[in-house]
Amino acid sequence: MTDLTLSRESAGAAGPLQWALLALAIAALLAAPFVVYPIFLMKILCFALFACAFNLLLGYTGLLSFGHATFFGGAAYFAAHAVKVWHWPPEAGILLGVAGAAVLGLVMGFFAIRRQGIYFAMITLALAQMFYFFCVQAPFTHGEDGIQGVPRGELLGFISLHEPLNMYYFVVAVFLIGVFAVWRIVNSPFGMILRSIRENEGRAVSLGYSVANYKLAAFVMSAALAGLAGALKAIVFQFATLTDVTWQMSGEVILMTLLGGIGTMIGPIVGATLVVALQNTLATSGFPVTIATGLIFMACVLVFRRGIVGEILARLPERHSKQ
Amino acid sequence: MTAAMATAPERAATGPRVVLSARGLRRDFAGFVAVNNVDLDIAHGTIHALIGPNGAGKTTVFNLLTKFLAPTSGTITLLGKDITRTPPAKVARLGVVRSFQISAIFPHLSVLDNVRVALQRPGGLGVQFWRSVSALDALTPRAMELLEQVGLADARNRPAGDLSYGRKRVLEIATTLALDPKVLLLDEPMAGMGHEDVGTVSAIIRAAASDRAVLMVEHNLDVVADLCDWITVLQRGEILAAGDYATVSSDERVKVAYLGTDNG
Ligand SMILES: Nc1ncnc2c1ncn2[C@@H]1O[C@H](COP(=O)(O)OP(=O)(O)O)[C@@H](O)[C@H]1O
Ligand SMILES: [Mg+2]
Repeated sequence: MTDLTLSRESAGAAGPLQWALLALAIAALLAAPFVVYPIFLMKILCFALFACAFNLLLGYTGLLSFGHATFFGGAAYFAAHAVKVWHWPPEAGILLGVAGAAVLGLVMGFFAIRRQGIYFAMITLALAQMFYFFCVQAPFTHGEDGIQGVPRGELLGFISLHEPLNMYYFVVAVFLIGVFAVWRIVNSPFGMILRSIRENEGRAVSLGYSVANYKLAAFVMSAALAGLAGALKAIVFQFATLTDVTWQMSGEVILMTLLGGIGTMIGPIVGATLVVALQNTLATSGFPVTIATGLIFMACVLVFRRGIVGEILARLPERHSKQ
Repeated sequence: MTAAMATAPERAATGPRVVLSARGLRRDFAGFVAVNNVDLDIAHGTIHALIGPNGAGKTTVFNLLTKFLAPTSGTITLLGKDITRTPPAKVARLGVVRSFQISAIFPHLSVLDNVRVALQRPGGLGVQFWRSVSALDALTPRAMELLEQVGLADARNRPAGDLSYGRKRVLEIATTLALDPKVLLLDEPMAGMGHEDVGTVSAIIRAAASDRAVLMVEHNLDVVADLCDWITVLQRGEILAAGDYATVSSDERVKVAYLGTDNG
């Protein structure tokens, strides 16, 4: 059912209703900082982009990576270092983060891609742990302290990102570009091959597709976009720390994606919003965050496997069969 | 067995142009020899049947020829070029394309998209991640042509998984033909099909074979007699007999081993 929904979504035929909803969502994003704290919104947007990037791999390629913190946190370090130490402009720092994450993705993907299922996940986890220990040791990350006090700088040399609204609208722009990139990849000729690989890998091979190369390409794209989210977060929050390269961070993005609904465009965004909002609420209440996330995780696995958006779409069969 | 080993090279020298050939093909599974010392020559413009009781090693031979499994020993050549170490996707790109015993389609893609996926690669459309999927519309006319040939044009917008069993097999063949393979390998294309579908599929295979080599696994001996130019009988991984239908069906060992067990 989820997949049928997906196939219609991927047919690329967005109806007028979808366009209207999209316009509404963008309008809401633009108006939001006048109602909600921009810093909170920006945190949500960074994690939502991270989850969308992750979903490109899990939802649309069928690969469960347990190492995506490497790309998110790694890119945060690269961007933070470039901006703070080398005095690069923020956009250049972010691009460096993206490039660095892509290289890390190429390395991790190269070792993991030939393995299936749980072995794939385990290799990504092991390599991510290696990267974590590298970050603990490497001088440029400043170990436990992290890179602090990263200047937000001036976008294109004249738009001060220290101005909260400027920063916010820049984040919205990057977020939209990132989500558009995921959408474009999923609904491209290449995305079609990813789907066929996920549906029947042997058949894709017998049609002449070098499946490992396609998976590796998807892995690198997902890593690069996760890096975009991480680098952006470093600029917004003005620091990069070990938190973002821990295995818990890799787990968090899995949770966000599962909660919202894998293989749907907006599922990860919804999931990230809920998880970030929940963390913010719990942070002030004193209830342990790990227990809450553990409970959500169990609920996802036991009760609604399609995730929130997946379940909603599955319950709208009529609307979808008409399209 | 000696007869079989003599016939294959002999035929290679005198018969129609051999496209795909195997020599001394062997595959072990943890000590168990599933395929042993198999020689095959698949010729252009002919339909070659691979028959034998269940577990004889037919699917394994398919897996070896398409490199889904690596041979333990032996060589495979395509048009004289050694492809024994070539990876499976490359073998497919060189023109040796298989179907599967369990029908292999992309169930959640539409029937049309199933065929378009096969047509996508040659033009480099497979890797274009920056373009809209509507770039594939250029492939629709060719895909529809193929679907019309096999009588699936009316189902083009249905999810492939919704098709009846027989039509799934037909779709799989259409998808395979989209690649215009030099060698078409069909693993039990008609298993479990009704009489009508068998006729349809026979006609499709016959048409396809006019311009390529076909190797098929088939249990229905009427179909084999009607369709196939050459038959190789496999038993416990080894070639028991090979020849045209008259030769093979009058072979005493074949009668005992194959016809005896299968037809009571
Ligand atoms: N991957 C495998 N691992 C172990 N044994 C296998 C494998 N594939 C096939 N076999 C064995 O090889 C023999 C031949 O199988 P197969 O080629 O599927 O026979 P057929 O297609 O003629 O019915 C069987 O005994 C089967 O159990
Ligand atoms: Mg078989």
